[in-house]
Amino acid sequence: MALADRTPQLPGIAPDHRSDYLLVAEMVASGSKVLDVGCGDGDLLQLLESHGIDGRGIELSREGVNRCVAKGLAVVQGDADTDLVNYPDDAFDYVILSQTLQATRQPKAVLENLLRIGRRAVVSFPNFGFWKMRLQLLIGGHMPRTENLPATWYDTPNIHFCTIKDFVQLCEAINVKMERAVALDNFGRPVPLNLPWWVWNMFGEQGVFLLSRGGKAR
Amino acid sequence: MVSVKSIPSPVIAEERSHEADHPTSLVVRFGADQPLKLDCGVDLSPFQIAYQTYGTLNAGRSNAILVCHALTGDQHANNVHPVTGKSGWWDTMVGPGKPLDTSRYFIICPNVIGACMGSTGPASANPATGKPWGLDFPIITIPDMVRAQAMLLDRLGIDTLFSVVGGSMGGMQVLQWTAAYPERVFSALPIACATRHSAQNIAFHELGRQAVMADPDWRGGRYADFGLHPHRGLAVARMAAHITYLSGAALHRKFGRRMQDRELPTFSFDADFQVESYLRYQGSSFVQRFDANSYLYLTRAMDYFDIAADHNGVLAEAFRGIKTRFCVVSFTSDWLFPTSESRTLVHALNASSARVSFAEIETDRGHDAFLLDVPEFFDISRAFLHSAGKARGLGD
Repeated sequence: MALADRTPQLPGIAPDHRSDYLLVAEMVASGSKVLDVGCGDGDLLQLLESHGIDGRGIELSREGVNRCVAKGLAVVQGDADTDLVNYPDDAFDYVILSQTLQATRQPKAVLENLLRIGRRAVVSFPNFGFWKMRLQLLIGGHMPRTENLPATWYDTPNIHFCTIKDFVQLCEAINVKMERAVALDNFGRPVPLNLPWWVWNMFGEQGVFLLSRGGKAR
Repeated sequence: MVSVKSIPSPVIAEERSHEADHPTSLVVRFGADQPLKLDCGVDLSPFQIAYQTYGTLNAGRSNAILVCHALTGDQHANNVHPVTGKSGWWDTMVGPGKPLDTSRYFIICPNVIGACMGSTGPASANPATGKPWGLDFPIITIPDMVRAQAMLLDRLGIDTLFSVVGGSMGGMQVLQWTAAYPERVFSALPIACATRHSAQNIAFHELGRQAVMADPDWRGGRYADFGLHPHRGLAVARMAAHITYLSGAALHRKFGRRMQDRELPTFSFDADFQVESYLRYQGSSFVQRFDANSYLYLTRAMDYFDIAADHNGVLAEAFRGIKTRFCVVSFTSDWLFPTSESRTLVHALNASSARVSFAEIETDRGHDAFLLDVPEFFDISRAFLHSAGKARGLGD
């Protein structure tokens, strides 16, 4: 599920940090309390802790958890679909779901839980509307596979792919406010903000969203 | 009854009973002015705590780690045992360069109240009679053990522990420390334990106690007055308990159906199988170093343990607002304290917003894994203490 570490270097950015991680870290205010759901080997958590953030993690795989704990991170073994319900309301300033939404069984319920546990959520996911994906389906006639998402349809953990447009619609449907939205192209560079949504949905390889609870009455 | 091949030698038995009052270790004594207030309502006084230390307390008194031993452990975590002559029970974890690094930390390992290696228990002399307490000794609990340890630390002038570490019954003490004295515990490493003793575990303990009491040499707990020790009953208790510390897979890997020093079955009740021989050895070696009444009292203390019950039935209440850093460890093949028990603890700690790590270690060695050479367990313990040490300002 993790993206390969092949993103080209951005100016002024340490090469050992993926650009989506740096973007997530930039969205999180320093000194805050953060839960990283699906924290993998803990690279993002380590980056956040180096920014003075009080970080916690949940990770499904035992190997990932043990590697995180061996790095001194506060990580517990757990499942985003079933274990978020055990956390109380407002327990964190931010809850991060980095490249994990598409692997959950109940993305809507998970998203709702993120914004119950945390005052804000940062969600990043691969955009299935990316032009390379569209091209493979349109021309190749097969389920898309990319360098970042190399798994075949029959062995992928990613069971709920969506496009940036789909995600925006889900946020509106469950009354989630988008405070910031950034699409990264396949070089890890932000797609210029002044371009319309359909460009993002076409040229963004992944979307990174800073979300908060909406004020609208349902 | 099982035939225990090596009947405990009178010399060793004498050494054991001598240790109960005159331990081969450090000891602090609390007089009439400092009774231990027990949960059962009794003020225990006078009493003493035997303990060992390893490493050096730093000038800021900030590097002390309390090691809590399990049911049949004692204070001799990292030195030759004065009765058995064997090496320390946690030599794998404690020592220079080990996860509990004695070149960085000051390790304190006390014998629990109720045990038989020098802290006051049923094998100790009752000051009223000059004879061993036996069943006149009051019932003790895990919170009583921890209360006594806190008095020991007060006496040693250690206000805050850098960490409290322990497995099984030791893990229960770790949890009790964090619930009772959260401000005195900077970090906690509870291993292979639970926030309460399960019905199944109480059942196993009852089996062990009944085995001891069924031994005619037990004499209503007054065996010492007759120069006896119910070693047959205690050996059976130990054999049954020992099975619960292992896993089916580990037993099969270690012994299979192999025969002991023979090719064919003897068509008798002799120990034909290696696993039988192994269990008999475990039973007979245990009774040389452990007091039967202590076994009754300590198993009872574990049975009564239930942190949630002490906090209106809500486990998270026990850890509300706690600042202690936790690392909870369980083992996949431990069926005595299964991972689900640790998960219950972790959920409660999450609900209390505690800083908690939780690692389940894959091993087929069962509950005993925390005493064995399990590198992944060592790596995690070392890293947890190291990062907590940085936060505590213990440096690299």
